[in-house]
Amino acid sequence: MTAQPQPNTFRMGPDERGRFGIYGGRFVAETLMPLILDLEKEYQAAKTDPAFHAEMNGYRTHYIGRPSPLYFAERLTEHLGGAKIYLKREELNHTGSHKVNNVLGQILLARRMGKERIIAETGAGSHGVATATLCARFGLKCIVYMGAVDVARQAPNVFRMKMLGAEVVPVESGSKTLKDALNEALRDWVANVHDTFYCIGTVAGPHPYPEMVRDFQSVIGDETKAQMQEAEGRLPDSLFACVGGGSNAMGLFHPFLDDPEVAIYGVEAAGHGLSGLNAASIAGGAPGILHGNRTYLLMDRDGQIEEGHSISAGLDYPGVGPEHAWLNDVGRVKYLSATDDEAVEAFQVLSKLEGIIPALESAHAIAKVIELAPDMPKDHLMVVNLSGRGDKDVPQIAERLGSSL
Amino acid sequence: MTARLDARFAQASAQGRAALVTFVTAGDPDHETSLEILRALPKAGADIIELGMPFTDPMADGPAIQAAGLRALAAGETLVKTLDLVRAFREQDQTTPIILMGYYNPIYVHGVERFLDEARDFGVDGLIVVDLPPEEDEELCLPALSVGLAFIRLATPTTDDKRLPAVLKNTAGFVYYVSVAGITGSATPDFNVVGAAVTRLKRHTKLPVAVGFGVKTPEHAAAIAAAADAVVVGSAIVDTVAKSLDGENRATASTVPAVADLVSRLAAGVRRGRAAA
Repeated sequence: MTAQPQPNTFRMGPDERGRFGIYGGRFVAETLMPLILDLEKEYQAAKTDPAFHAEMNGYRTHYIGRPSPLYFAERLTEHLGGAKIYLKREELNHTGSHKVNNVLGQILLARRMGKERIIAETGAGSHGVATATLCARFGLKCIVYMGAVDVARQAPNVFRMKMLGAEVVPVESGSKTLKDALNEALRDWVANVHDTFYCIGTVAGPHPYPEMVRDFQSVIGDETKAQMQEAEGRLPDSLFACVGGGSNAMGLFHPFLDDPEVAIYGVEAAGHGLSGLNAASIAGGAPGILHGNRTYLLMDRDGQIEEGHSISAGLDYPGVGPEHAWLNDVGRVKYLSATDDEAVEAFQVLSKLEGIIPALESAHAIAKVIELAPDMPKDHLMVVNLSGRGDKDVPQIAERLGSSL
Repeated sequence: MTARLDARFAQASAQGRAALVTFVTAGDPDHETSLEILRALPKAGADIIELGMPFTDPMADGPAIQAAGLRALAAGETLVKTLDLVRAFREQDQTTPIILMGYYNPIYVHGVERFLDEARDFGVDGLIVVDLPPEEDEELCLPALSVGLAFIRLATPTTDDKRLPAVLKNTAGFVYYVSVAGITGSATPDFNVVGAAVTRLKRHTKLPVAVGFGVKTPEHAAAIAAAADAVVVGSAIVDTVAKSLDGENRATASTVPAVADLVSRLAAGVRRGRAAA
């Protein structure tokens, strides 16, 4: 990918066909096409409607608890002895992760469109919990599709969703994980086109989802920019975020894409390592078409999709948002990866040094900070998106470390 | 470019009946049995064969066709083998049209140009690729047309009159009307509504209209045949394959006969359709 002409801006995409370079698009069955066109029209109208933003900002402040703090991680910084590390505290949001930022936007849009039945897919359960929460808040029917394998390993979140009044449907088809939950949600949508709104949890799927979810998540980067200005009087030098589908990363990155002095790093899940089972679509995959968009996918030589593997159910997806695929190819964002072992180590380091238990997903980003920060000068300002809290992962970590609860 | 398809529809029409389109998944339950099934279909009364290209993530398909695809993949079916199945079928049958049906990713990974050349050379007549709406025509539809392969589009209950011209624009061979908003093998459609939908489509196109999704029995086939130019049956056939297998998903002596028996009853149903109407 050398010597490509660089665009004047990295923030213009997608084009009118929903493409970021060759990525993105609208690869869906005809039954869904009219719905997707309608959604695009409604979203564009909402996007330019000050009343929509005013409503969203009200709930952001009073229901989610935004802005989330940009916190100087003093002990982690001292421990690593290099870059000055800030954590963007998305785990302090209501429901415990960044997922709620997107769900709020989509649910307000669904209400504008008069849809009363909300469906969602979920991997770790964070998006499912956020969707169930907003549906409870607005009195909407909520159905969450979750791979049967994930239902088993994320029991606390399954129960949370049920408490919130959602119906959780364990998906037994295919590999019984997040990709199959997405398939099943799409099948539901095709069969219930008249009253159903599909609330996708990440910056993937057919246009306009990657753009819309990115826009709703960009509040993370917008706040970070202002907060860093206030704390240090300048831009950060580097940004780190974990990437599964990539919504927390895109939300942090997008407002900084046209600031060339800011180095940007996405961290994929390397699972057992890049030569073994992993979920690093960019590092280990190739361009293909799945779930409505063209992007990097883990697949075999015959184009059959392979299961992702990560200790973190939220990163366990064989694809990645199309805008990430494009940002990789044009070289604006550098994609790294962290193994299961590195993430578990980072999980413990942050818990012990800062008193913050991170989600296993976010721990992947922390792992790369632990690796790279020591070599940076002390005036290097590093921001890592702490996208979720790790309570949901405690049983799994306990088991891995040989403790019984 | 649609010679075999045109001839088949003309033949059915001359006989005063709708055509029967049968769907089977390539490589289900294994490559060799799948070829035997293919060869048995025309003899049992199938006019057109839709051959499913297995994919791990068939998001428009219900449980029956999902399972058939996974069986085929587990037995080692690939896109290369599926194309080879068509080549082998064509050695003995030069008249029955074959439509490949599936999802875009295996084709994209195989290489669009290479796929189209091989498909044409091996005797494929048309393609149905579920996740390529008209908005993505330049991916595969236009290249397919340029090498002489028909691209058959699905029209659905959500395709309104405003959108229909875009859907029909580059469609060749026939139009496939999806009788219910849903996945394959789902609820049985309301036959009166289907009749009205076919009438609506015919206002927009001169192409034959095939109707599928939820057609499970000879009686359903007869009811659809009264209104449509062709009836598509898929899930019921792959279900019959599934029920004929042993405990380890292997073919048994009854696999091919069971499929042939169902198809001959469906063919009889299709032939009753107009007579009853």
